[in-house]
Amino acid sequence: MADLSINFAGIRAPNPFWLASGPLTNTAYQVMKAFDEGWGGAVWKTVGDPIINVSSRLGSLDYGGRRMMGLNNIELISDRSIEENLAEIQEVKRRYPHHAVIVSMMFEANPNVWREMVHRVEDTGADGIELNFGCPHGMSERGMGSVVGQVPEYTETITRYAVESASIPVIVKLTPNVTDIRAPGRASVAGGAQALSLINTINSVMGVDLETWRPIPDVDGRGSHGGYCGPAVKPIALHMLSSLYNDAAVPLPLCGIGGIETWRDAAEFLLLGAGALQVCTAAMHYGFRIVRELTEGLNDYLDQRGIPRVEDIVGKAAPAIGDWNDLRLSYSFQVVAKIHPERCIGCNLCYIACDDGAHQCIERVDGETAPRVREDDCVGCNLCSLVCPVPGCIEMVPVEKGPVETWRMREARLNTLSQG
Amino acid sequence: MAVKLEPHPNFAEVVPPFTAREAEEEALRCYYCYNAPCTKACPTNIDIPRFIHQITTGNLLASARTILDANILGATCARICPTEALCEGHCVRAHESRPVSIGRLQRVAMDFAMDHGVPTLPPRPQQGSGRVAIIGAGPAGLGAASELLRLGYTVDIFDRREEGGGLDTYGIVSYREPVAVSLFEVDLVRRLGATFHFGEEVDHTRLQALKSQYDAVVVAIGLGKVPRLGIPGEDLPGVFDALDLIEATKVGDLSTVTVGPRVAVIGAGNTAVDAATCAKRLGAEEVTIIYRRGEEAMSAYQYEYEFAKQDGIHYRWWSQPLAVVGHDRVEGLILQRTTVDGDVGSRRARVRPIEGSEWTMPVDTVIRAIGQEKPVDLWVALGAQVDHGRVVVNPETYETTVAGVYVIGDCLARPGEATVVQAVEDGKRAARAIHQTLSRTPV
Repeated sequence: MADLSINFAGIRAPNPFWLASGPLTNTAYQVMKAFDEGWGGAVWKTVGDPIINVSSRLGSLDYGGRRMMGLNNIELISDRSIEENLAEIQEVKRRYPHHAVIVSMMFEANPNVWREMVHRVEDTGADGIELNFGCPHGMSERGMGSVVGQVPEYTETITRYAVESASIPVIVKLTPNVTDIRAPGRASVAGGAQALSLINTINSVMGVDLETWRPIPDVDGRGSHGGYCGPAVKPIALHMLSSLYNDAAVPLPLCGIGGIETWRDAAEFLLLGAGALQVCTAAMHYGFRIVRELTEGLNDYLDQRGIPRVEDIVGKAAPAIGDWNDLRLSYSFQVVAKIHPERCIGCNLCYIACDDGAHQCIERVDGETAPRVREDDCVGCNLCSLVCPVPGCIEMVPVEKGPVETWRMREARLNTLSQG
Repeated sequence: MAVKLEPHPNFAEVVPPFTAREAEEEALRCYYCYNAPCTKACPTNIDIPRFIHQITTGNLLASARTILDANILGATCARICPTEALCEGHCVRAHESRPVSIGRLQRVAMDFAMDHGVPTLPPRPQQGSGRVAIIGAGPAGLGAASELLRLGYTVDIFDRREEGGGLDTYGIVSYREPVAVSLFEVDLVRRLGATFHFGEEVDHTRLQALKSQYDAVVVAIGLGKVPRLGIPGEDLPGVFDALDLIEATKVGDLSTVTVGPRVAVIGAGNTAVDAATCAKRLGAEEVTIIYRRGEEAMSAYQYEYEFAKQDGIHYRWWSQPLAVVGHDRVEGLILQRTTVDGDVGSRRARVRPIEGSEWTMPVDTVIRAIGQEKPVDLWVALGAQVDHGRVVVNPETYETTVAGVYVIGDCLARPGEATVVQAVEDGKRAARAIHQTLSRTPV
């Protein structure tokens, strides 16, 4: 059995799977039930001055017959009183001393308020604080949430308010609604944060009801942009995670969030630099029970590879992600599509995808089921292998075409030539 | 007598429609192949991936339009096409799991059109003008009419029956296809502008007259009665023509159709299965299909055979009837064991009786299901060239050797099983050939 326990910025947990701050960490009942199911930690739903919510609040993007490939919400932070929340947090921490309990906080930009609130949170015995600088709806219009996360100076300032008062680790939760995630990351470092978590939800409008022309979700006929999450956002989260992990100016532990539903997703986040993981949509969809498959799957994955500890894989795949300029150019290296005719079922999806949507290098052959790749014309874009419904039918074969040369190397070579 | 729209519960449609959820799940299984094998396997070339994709987008009206654009009898074909040999038999998903249930998905779209509204079918881009008479309002005639109307022609359809649809209305057991489905399709062609003349038998004299009144005449009269067995006793009460029996279950009062407790059906094609399962639903206790060859040579589709077995129909292979016996009604059938010279899987191998193997099977009803008579007399009277009892037509245009007279559908008596889908395609092709001829030499 692999060791799944983690020490994330000094916060210890029996496994890396934490519930993200949201409707599923609103009460002690939920968090304790989740811990009983096997979750390693939980980030309590954001406490702040209690708000009043609207109804309805959630919208789903369904795809291919599956529900909730993406989920959006216009729910705000906790609508329960601070006292009530803190009392319950204290009770949970007393009963579950070895699980990570993080408290998400959102307050106005006033250092005195932050000082007082941080102390009150610490008094519960909570293991850490997460600053919600990411919530993109409702609170942002009131000067909190993502409007803080979108302005590096605000991020740094408010992070400092919290860090200066705190004796427990402060995690800054970043909004993805920025052009370069490294800017708020570096601002958090400057403010003294001990760790980052990302991503929060993405600005979104889920859709329009084609019968009524009302927005989805709608509140008595009106809607508003909401925060988007779920499996659909995973690639965005992985990009932001890896770019922060690879940024030398952000030497902080990173907690990965965004579309984690299976142990496979979890392993990818870990490999790209996440030292802990937060899950929300998947547990909202299927319930806390999914954590058993997450921990079991991750454990089996590590065991099968003889890797003793989950922390051993953190960030191991991140160094391979970097600048496009450091990729080998196609005259140096490329892949070429190879269709295995014995596996081909004759759907011709590769043919039409290549002909209409790529580089016209697959042709159909009279009397044969399988189309044929004109290998000399294939640019190795992968599209055919992506649309092919048969696993292993289209293989992308690597071809060494010349000496290693990237754009950066090419530019340097050409500069040398022109100077010479 | 009028056809019955509401069948007796015993004759209610066997295959249930997909629920909305089943339809969505099944439609999502389609890979949306390009140049799809299913479409190529469909005689009418329905753009199957497109109509299925339209189901997944919730546009059932467009889905129905895609189907009807290629096949005006899409609702019938959704139910009775031998899909295992055609579209579904060529589905690429058969390689890895099971084929998409194309027939039942087609029915989803066609049921929508029947229940919620028919899509308009756009006229064909090249328009012609002229008048065409079609003899026979069955699948082939309706197929030709639909195409001609969309090409801009005036179409009169003559049929000896009270209703259109031909075999679909009178000859397909209603637990496979309710009568209402067939009449819906007749109505589709009426909406396209056809004028129907029911109750009009067209003999060769009338045909000659129509030939002079119209720019082209299309003959789509189907086949005739089941041939006689040519054995003693077959005029005894209790001997039926299978098609008459099936028709009786669709027209008039079911209580007038009676079979005895023990029924023998002679022949092992699809009509034999229909007659046998009809007899069962009419109350027969023991129904036996008798065939002079083996299982390998029967012409019934596999799913028909399975259906018969599920219905508890018995099969007696390698036996042929020598005589029907009884005093004033059928009491038994004298059978003789048989064998064939050569390939047991071939329906051409010569059948050889086994001398001395005769025995009597006690039965109360005998049903003949050994094929249908070809309308040779009409072809001869018309002066068209005939070969082995089949009228000779140009395989591209369906024109006979008599200029301006086209023959399509089952009455061509092609080898192999006749299908509705092929009849519709015959009609489309003949219509296009007529259009080509008439638009080249304007009247």
